[in-house]
Amino acid sequence: MEGADVWSSVRTYLIGLALAAMLTAGSFWISSTGVIYGPGVPVALIVFALAQIGVHLVFFLHLTTAPDNVNNAMALAFGVLVVVLLIGGTLWIMMHMNANMMPMGAAHGPHMHGGHP
Amino acid sequence: MLGKLSLAAIPLDQPIPLAAGALVGVVLLCILGWIVLAGHLPYVWREWITSVDHKRIGIMYVIFALVMLLRGFTDAMMMRSQQALAFDAPGYLPPEHYNQIFSAHGTIMIFFVAMPFMIGLMNFVLPLQLGVRDVAFPTLNSVSFWLTCTGALLVNMSLVIGEFQRTGWLPYPPLSEITYSPGVGVDYWLWALSISGVGTLMTGVNFVTTILKMRAPGMSYLRMPMFCWTALATNLLIVAAFPILTAVSAMLILDRYLGFQFFTDTAGGNSMLFMSLIWAWGHPEVYILILPAFGIFSEVVSTFSGKPLFGYRSMVLATMAICMLAFMVWLHHFFTMGAGADVNGVFGIMSMVIAVPTGVKIFNWLFTMYGGSVRMSAAMLWSIGFMLTFVIGGMTGVLLAIPPVDFVMHNSTFLVAHFHNVIIGGVLFGAFAGYTYWFPKAFGFRLHEGWGKAAFWCWQIGFWLAFGPLYVTGLDGMTRRLQHYDVAEWRPWLLVALLGAITILAGIACQVVQLVVSIRHRDALRDMTGDPWDGRSLEWSTASPPPTFNFAVLPDVHGEEPYWSVKERARGQHTLPAAPHYEAIEVPHNSPTGFVCAFFATLIGFAMIWHIWWMAITGLVGAYATFVVFAWRDRTEDEIPAARVAEIDAANRRARNEALREMEYAS
Repeated sequence: MEGADVWSSVRTYLIGLALAAMLTAGSFWISSTGVIYGPGVPVALIVFALAQIGVHLVFFLHLTTAPDNVNNAMALAFGVLVVVLLIGGTLWIMMHMNANMMPMGAAHGPHMHGGHP
Repeated sequence: MLGKLSLAAIPLDQPIPLAAGALVGVVLLCILGWIVLAGHLPYVWREWITSVDHKRIGIMYVIFALVMLLRGFTDAMMMRSQQALAFDAPGYLPPEHYNQIFSAHGTIMIFFVAMPFMIGLMNFVLPLQLGVRDVAFPTLNSVSFWLTCTGALLVNMSLVIGEFQRTGWLPYPPLSEITYSPGVGVDYWLWALSISGVGTLMTGVNFVTTILKMRAPGMSYLRMPMFCWTALATNLLIVAAFPILTAVSAMLILDRYLGFQFFTDTAGGNSMLFMSLIWAWGHPEVYILILPAFGIFSEVVSTFSGKPLFGYRSMVLATMAICMLAFMVWLHHFFTMGAGADVNGVFGIMSMVIAVPTGVKIFNWLFTMYGGSVRMSAAMLWSIGFMLTFVIGGMTGVLLAIPPVDFVMHNSTFLVAHFHNVIIGGVLFGAFAGYTYWFPKAFGFRLHEGWGKAAFWCWQIGFWLAFGPLYVTGLDGMTRRLQHYDVAEWRPWLLVALLGAITILAGIACQVVQLVVSIRHRDALRDMTGDPWDGRSLEWSTASPPPTFNFAVLPDVHGEEPYWSVKERARGQHTLPAAPHYEAIEVPHNSPTGFVCAFFATLIGFAMIWHIWWMAITGLVGAYATFVVFAWRDRTEDEIPAARVAEIDAANRRARNEALREMEYAS
C-alpha cells in the first residue's frame, strides 16, 4: 500500500474516532446538565445514538453510495426494516397487552384501563 | 468441583432412557471401534472431519439430519403409542418423562433434522449451481457444522445425564424460569440452541456472501437457478432472525443464572415479552425451513417435466415477498394472549396475505408441469405429493390465521395437525425430493427408484393416517401434549393416528433398505455422465461425484438455464465444445479448526449447564486458542496442478462424448 493511501485511511479512522468520542461525551454531558429542557433529554439522546450509528457505518464500516456498495446499502436497508418491524411491532404488541392484560397484582391499582369490563 | 453434577443426575429409576442411551452408546462404540480397528481413522479424519470442502460438509449435514430424524421419530412413536394406551389409564410413560419427550421431539425435529437437512442440501448444491469452487468462507463452514453437532450432542446427553426440559419445544416463561423449572432441562435447551444457533448464523453469513459475491462469470441475479434464490431468501432470514433467538436465550440465561427478571412476571419482568421475541425469530424460522424446499421443488418439477420453470420472475418476486412478509406475522402464534382486536386483526390479515405468494408458487409449478413430458420418478412423486398435501396444510393455516377461529383452535391437536401438515408435507418431502435428486451427484450412483417410490407412498399415506385424525380430535376439543385422557370419542382416532405413525415407520424402513440396496447395486445404478436426470442447471455439467474443485474451468453463463443451452449446442453441432485451456487451481487447505472449536464449545455448554465454572473457563480459553492458531496459520491453500486438472476433466469429457454419441446413434 502506498504511503498516501495509508495516511488517508488512517485519517478516516481518526475522524470517525473523534466524532464517535464527541457523540459519546456529548450524551453524558447533555444528560447531566440543565442546558436543554428536561423532557427533551431522551430525544437528544436518541438523536445522538442515531448519529453514532451513522458515524460507525460511514467511517468504520465504510458504507458509501458508490456503485460497488449496492449490496451493503441493500443489506443495511433490510436490516433497518427488520429492526423497525421488530422493535416497533414488539412495542405496539406489548402496549396493547399491557392495556388489556394487567398483571393480577396491578389490576387492583389505580391505573387500570380498558380491556376487561 | 463438579458443580451440580453428581451420580444422582443419572436417571437410574427410569429404564427407557437408560436402555435407549445404552443402545446408542453401544452403536456409537461399534462404529468408532470399526473405524479405528479397520484403519479408517486417518481417512475419516483427513477426508471428512477436517474437510472444508462444501460438498463433504453438505453430505455430513444430511447424514447428521437423517440420524437425528431417527431419534426424533422414536420420540414421535412413543407419544403416539402412549396416547393410544392412555385412555382412562396411565400408559407406560410417566408424565415427567412424557413431557420431556414432546419437548425433545420438537426441538430435535426443527433444529437438528429440518435445519441441517436444508443447510446440508444448500451446502452441497449452491456452489455447484452458481458455478463456483466453494463457499465464501470454507473453514467457517466447517465450524458451523461442528457447532451444530455440539448442540445435538448436548440435547442427546440430557437423555442419560440429568433431564431435558418439560416446557414444550420452546421454553415459555414463567414455567421455564428457575422457580418453576429448577432442574437442568431448560439449561440444556438454552446452551444447545445458543451454540448451534451461532453455527447457523455463521452459515447464513457464509451463504449470503457466497450468493452475492461469488457467482460464475455471466451469472447475473436473474440467471440464478430458483434454488439459489430461495437459498438467498432463507439465508437473509437466518442473518436477520437468528440474532433474536440468541438474544432471547441470553436473556433467559441471565434470568436463570444471575437472578435477572426479564421474563419472570415479578420485579418488573414480563413473560409476554418472551412470546413476542421468540416468535419474532420463530416465524421467520418457518420460512427458513420451507423456502429451500420450494427451491428444490422448482428444480425437480422443471427437470422432470422437461421444461424451463414457468414464471421464473414471478417466482423470484414471490420468494422475496415471502422473505419480507415473514417478519410481519409473528403475533399469530399468540393471538390468545390478549393483545386485543386491533393488533390481532392486523397480524391475522398479514398472515393471510403471505398465502398469496405461496399460491403463486403452486400455480407456477402446476403450469411448469402442464404440457411437459412429466417423468414420474421418486423425486417427482415427492414433489407432487407435496403440492397436494401442502395446499391443504396451507388452507388450515389460513383458517387458523383468523383470530376468532384461533381462539377456538389454539393449543388443540388441530394446530398440531396443521404444522405437521406443512412441515412434513412441505419441508420434509422437499428434503427427501432433494436427497433423491442430488444423491447421484454426491455419490456417483442413483438411489433405487422402486424402494424410493415405496417410501414415498408409505410416508404419504402414513402422514394422512397420522394427522388426519388429529384434525378431527382437535375439532372435538382435544388439546395438545396430553399424557392421558378420558374422552371415549377421541380413542378410535388416536388408534388410527398410531397406525399412521406405524405406516410412516414403514416408509423410513423403506428408505433404509433403499440406501442399502442402492449401495449394494451401485454399479448397476452408476451415473456415468454426471447428468442422470437430463438436468438444466450447472451442477449437472460436472462429473458425479464432482472433483474437489467442482469445475475444471469456471463456466461462462449466457442464460437462465446454462447447462441446458450447452447441451442444446452440443446436440446441434454433434460434438462437445473444444477442450478448454486448463490452469492450476487452488483449493482451501483442510483444517481441524471446526472440530476442535466444537469440542471446546461442548465443554463450555456442558460446564455451564452443570455450573462447573473451571471447565467453562477451560473451554473458553481453548476455543480462543483455536481461533488464534487458525488466524496465524501458514498454509491456507493447496494447489492442484494444471496437468492433474486436465486429466480429471478428460475422463468427464470422455463420458459425455460417449453419451452424446449414444444419443445420436439412438435417434
